[in-house]
Amino acid sequence: MDLITRLFGNRKWLLVGLFVLLVAFVATFPLYGGAKVRVLITMLVYAILAVSWALFSGTTGYMSLAPAAFFGLGIYSVALLQDYLPFHIIVVVGGLLSFVFALLVGLVTLRLKGIYFTIFTFGLVIFIGNAINYMETRAFTRHGWYFIAQDRTMLLYTMLGLAVVTVLAVYFIRRSRLGLAMQSIGGNEEAAEHMGINTTMVKVLTFAISSIFMGAAGAVVAPSLIYSNAGIAFSPTYSFIPILGAVFGGMGTLYGPVVGGLVFGFLEKTLRAQWATYFMLGFGVIMVVVILFLPNGIAGLVPMLQSKLGGVIRKLRKGGQAEQHANT
Amino acid sequence: MEITLALIVHGILTGGVYGLLAMGLSLQIGVCRVLNITHGEFVMLGACLTFTFSQLGINPLLAPAIIGPLMFGLGFLLQTTLYKSLKARAPSPAAFEGNALLAAFGLMYIIMYLSRFEWGNWLLPTQYLTDKVAFPGINLQLNQIIGFAVAAALGIAVYLFLNRSRLGRAIRATAEDPATAGLMGVNTNMILAFCFGLGALLAGVAGTLVSMKTQVSTGIGFNNTVIALIVVTLGGLGSVPGSFIAGIMIGIVTMLVAGLWEPVLTVPVYYGMLMVLLLARPTGLLGKR
Repeated sequence: MDLITRLFGNRKWLLVGLFVLLVAFVATFPLYGGAKVRVLITMLVYAILAVSWALFSGTTGYMSLAPAAFFGLGIYSVALLQDYLPFHIIVVVGGLLSFVFALLVGLVTLRLKGIYFTIFTFGLVIFIGNAINYMETRAFTRHGWYFIAQDRTMLLYTMLGLAVVTVLAVYFIRRSRLGLAMQSIGGNEEAAEHMGINTTMVKVLTFAISSIFMGAAGAVVAPSLIYSNAGIAFSPTYSFIPILGAVFGGMGTLYGPVVGGLVFGFLEKTLRAQWATYFMLGFGVIMVVVILFLPNGIAGLVPMLQSKLGGVIRKLRKGGQAEQHANT
Repeated sequence: MEITLALIVHGILTGGVYGLLAMGLSLQIGVCRVLNITHGEFVMLGACLTFTFSQLGINPLLAPAIIGPLMFGLGFLLQTTLYKSLKARAPSPAAFEGNALLAAFGLMYIIMYLSRFEWGNWLLPTQYLTDKVAFPGINLQLNQIIGFAVAAALGIAVYLFLNRSRLGRAIRATAEDPATAGLMGVNTNMILAFCFGLGALLAGVAGTLVSMKTQVSTGIGFNNTVIALIVVTLGGLGSVPGSFIAGIMIGIVTMLVAGLWEPVLTVPVYYGMLMVLLLARPTGLLGKR
């Protein structure tokens, strides 16, 4: 009883413990998981995408539909550089390319407000995809790219490393002055500006930082795609996945999108093959229900349950103590 | 030269339907403040229902008489249940816009996959009135002309309704300042629901027109959302004439680029136009500051 209350009472350590357990589980998975490693890689990708999307859009309230652009950039950096550079360096290059690109995009677009920003970012993905498709097929007469195969276990560990880096980075950013500034922009941008926050700088910077992880994730995913072209790499689906994951898990917290991304990835890999129609239908329903009734996602359930459970436990303890008093 | 002229005529005719597509979305975004990603799914529903009705022996030209009210009811219901309670819960207008977009995402999947149970995932043979029209130098079909005529008539009707009628004035007041409009005695909740319903109705009718010209399937929704979104943004949110002009512009550009240059490039070209315009004039061609 005492242990339970202490665990529930100190949520931070519980979360840290769970995080370490999760990492340990993924790290040892190749020993007994076999071919299921692919499922795990997808889960990690979705978690990374959801966390980095929520870092920018969840806190500032600017709904970005551009993740696919950065993800695709990551895939393309592998396609273009795989003959010249070692894989892990390409992953870093993919992240940096996305950073630079996002910086440029952010500088021109982030003065657009609300809906216009969303429309622009959405247009960006389709624009880049089609433009690259045109250049490839007409200028280079090339139809897609084949990737050099990489060891699956190595990919899993790379992805795990990237996920850990992402989570830690997001954790520290959320606690920093930058994170506070972002939250105040999400609360009320005008007020934030009057408080002396350089809102444009904050928005552009976080937009760019969040895209690093998306680009790097795209680079790590690339070899397991085997083949890719502009349509696959810049598919708008990759913009929707992080949103689904983050909303499902809860955008307000750090662990929400992680959980949401992992769960969404797992469900998609295991259920979608047989239950494609019902799966997406169900996800649509869950999405609407979550937004309507659980504004903090399924992660929001934890504090809710905790306060209820905590109350029950406290009552039990009090009851126990009262009994003891009565006995003595 | 003759080809160019033919392409422009085709573009104008297609553009009229684009304009109709966008008008509904323009109302939903401009008045209800919902970036309705579901819009294309309503178009798809309209198109697929037209197919079902034609199987039952109902003329596609009469189908909108049933589809329109059906869509209106659906849109009305969505606004009064889903978006209204989202609005009540949202702490700020910006938060509402975000949440409404996310809810619309969920809805998009729901409508798309529910309709797959009925219409599967293949092309439905829905073309109607494919007779050639005798016109020197240009290959036109009757359905294109009828589509444009219906779209233009609806566009003019909606424009007159918004600018001349009492209800239209209430709608414009609500779009401009919901709080003040409410204080003046406008039942803003009803207005929002009406606008959302009207948007859905226009989408449904546009769906019928689309189905007359091309084969349709349950997968066409997303593309139509994309087109509507571009046209709305180009024309300016909430502006009916803007939507119509932008629709025709996009129609012409699509045809010219596809016919004279490269079909693959139509989408990049109009996204390029959109991006340049957003950066130069974020409120669109005829939008208010």
